[in-house]
Amino acid sequence: MSAQKKSVKSDTNLSDNIRMKTQALIVFYNEEQALFDVSLDIYNNKVTALIGPSGCGKSTFMRCLNRMNDYVEGCRITGKVRLDGFNIYKDNVDTILLRQKVGMVFQKPNPFPKSIYENVAYGPKIHKLTSNREELDALVEKTLKRVGLWDEVADRLSAPGTSLSGGQQQRLCIARAIATEPEVILMDEPCSALDPIATARIEELIAELEQRYTIVIITHSMQQAERVSDYTAFFHMGRIIESGNTEKIFNDPEHQKTKDYIGGKFG
Amino acid sequence: MIKLFERRRRITVQRIKKKKSPFIYKAYSKKPKHTWLKKRKVAERRFKAAGYIAILISSLFLLSLVWNVFSSGRSAFTETQIKLPITFEAELVEQEAYRKIVQNALMEIFPEVKTRKEKRALFVLTSRNAPYELKNLVEENPELVGTKKEIWVLASSAVSVFYRQRLLEESKRIGNINGTQAAWITQLAQSKNMRLDFNFAFFTNGDSREAEQAGVLVSTIGSFMTILICILLAFPLGVATAIYLEEFAPKNWFTDFIEININNLAAVPSIIFGLLGLSIYLNFFGMPRSSSLVGGMVLALLILPVIVISTRNALQAVPQSIRFAAAALGATPTQVVFHHTLIYALPGIMTGVILSIARAFGETAPLLMIGMVAFIADIPKSFTDPATTLPVQVYLWANNPELGFVEKTAAAIMVLLGFMILMNLLAIYVRRRYEIKW
Repeated sequence: MSAQKKSVKSDTNLSDNIRMKTQALIVFYNEEQALFDVSLDIYNNKVTALIGPSGCGKSTFMRCLNRMNDYVEGCRITGKVRLDGFNIYKDNVDTILLRQKVGMVFQKPNPFPKSIYENVAYGPKIHKLTSNREELDALVEKTLKRVGLWDEVADRLSAPGTSLSGGQQQRLCIARAIATEPEVILMDEPCSALDPIATARIEELIAELEQRYTIVIITHSMQQAERVSDYTAFFHMGRIIESGNTEKIFNDPEHQKTKDYIGGKFG
Repeated sequence: MIKLFERRRRITVQRIKKKKSPFIYKAYSKKPKHTWLKKRKVAERRFKAAGYIAILISSLFLLSLVWNVFSSGRSAFTETQIKLPITFEAELVEQEAYRKIVQNALMEIFPEVKTRKEKRALFVLTSRNAPYELKNLVEENPELVGTKKEIWVLASSAVSVFYRQRLLEESKRIGNINGTQAAWITQLAQSKNMRLDFNFAFFTNGDSREAEQAGVLVSTIGSFMTILICILLAFPLGVATAIYLEEFAPKNWFTDFIEININNLAAVPSIIFGLLGLSIYLNFFGMPRSSSLVGGMVLALLILPVIVISTRNALQAVPQSIRFAAAALGATPTQVVFHHTLIYALPGIMTGVILSIARAFGETAPLLMIGMVAFIADIPKSFTDPATTLPVQVYLWANNPELGFVEKTAAAIMVLLGFMILMNLLAIYVRRRYEIKW
């Protein structure tokens, strides 16, 4: 990333606490427009929740943040997405380094059918973050401790990641994402496939991770958004209807649509 | 289901009773016949029975095939030997006239044989190879010269067939054994001068004009050489094609066109591939006729589309979420494929490859077209030497009218089936052992 940082001239003066910023983001899937002119600031070391009914463009928006939309056929994007002030849709941006900086956790836990150790070590390995086995071992241990999985799996690191329970698998996926030392973590409904206890565990984890990382989370649970997030953006029909402080959105929404959605009138 | 229905009925009856409406009560209190339920159950049973019958019929066919092959091929694993009082006369050994030595021994047992015609009939009782056996024996043990020893020599295949059949049924004329010969064989058998021994030659010899000498070693080696070439060509090419088409190729009319054509190729009759090999490899490139190299190349053409299709299926079975997970970590598309997708699809790919190799192993028609039907008695020394394969050997022997070759054909089929079963077991093992459940 550093090479790009030098070559791309910083053309905007972002205040220090904004980590990512989208400007006039428009996304088309073939002929169908999925996002209309979306601009959103994502603040450093804060949790930003994206809420909204199904098909409103939350996931599309999130996939724009680490260019996972490149894998979607017929997807066209205009507008700017800035990470630390640099447009990630510029030609000379390396998506591989970008994705090291912007990690992602998916809706359904999807650990690789390899050992727990390999799952965590894969990212650091391909990015050559460690130079020898000892460093890698230490990194895996540190990462697993950070997601609170170390005590549960320390004695079976060579067991397949798929042998864990659903909640453990999701925490393993989070560990896998943070092992590459990202700046931003995107979470696409990380708890929707989990039971309440596992969900609570993940939410605790998000609160801990907030100290070190910038987190964007999609959720369908209003309570969860309220519990874990500092900022909330409400999406509807491909547009951001309202965004801002979570407390403000949930207690005193400006728009009627936001009020209706939070109140459970549609969704 | 019935319980639920019954409970609902009872509840309804009680409810109606409370309302005291005798008319409706009467209508409901009649126990309904669950005809619809019965019908469904009968249909279920009918379907199950049809399945059992289908399995029964197919296993009967299989059983009769196996039994047929086994019963006629069993005898090829033993050979018939005659005990002869051989006198190794120094003079004859010197002249290498081992044929004469064998003939003398036969004359010693049957001194009554005088006429030329009778002698000729007597001398064909032993295999034409018997003198060579003696020659080898003397070369290994030179001290035998000048001595007399009783030695078991190989009988001819006609004698062998007669002798074995006679063990089963008395007094039945079989093959081209005439009455006098039959009497001699009976005499030899009664004096315990004939025996059956395990036929090692079947596993150590190549093809031969003499049925009692013919073996499957050369054709088995030829088969494995052909298959080796076939694997070396088809496996990397097929898997690479599938990976490109499945993971990298853009979806457009051209890749669609390729896909349709690969599916069509998989359905092309195998003899067409033989013709293709004949016209391209042999006539155009001038490669050596009936060699295992060309055979392997033709078979590679044949199984290439099958490997491509099964590999694509195995790759498709890897969930998209795994590819996304790896890509989101910053893996390049090539890393996604070679660190993840391909690794997780490997058990499926191996199963498909092993099964298509089993198919190539049993393929005959395309090999006939490129001249692998030749009579090959020697082990091919290189991939360009003339070779033959097991199924072609079966085909050759099956065309031979001599009775001795009937059992050889069946025995070769047994060897072929044995390899097939081994390969299929391997495929099942690989699938069970390494399969990843998503």
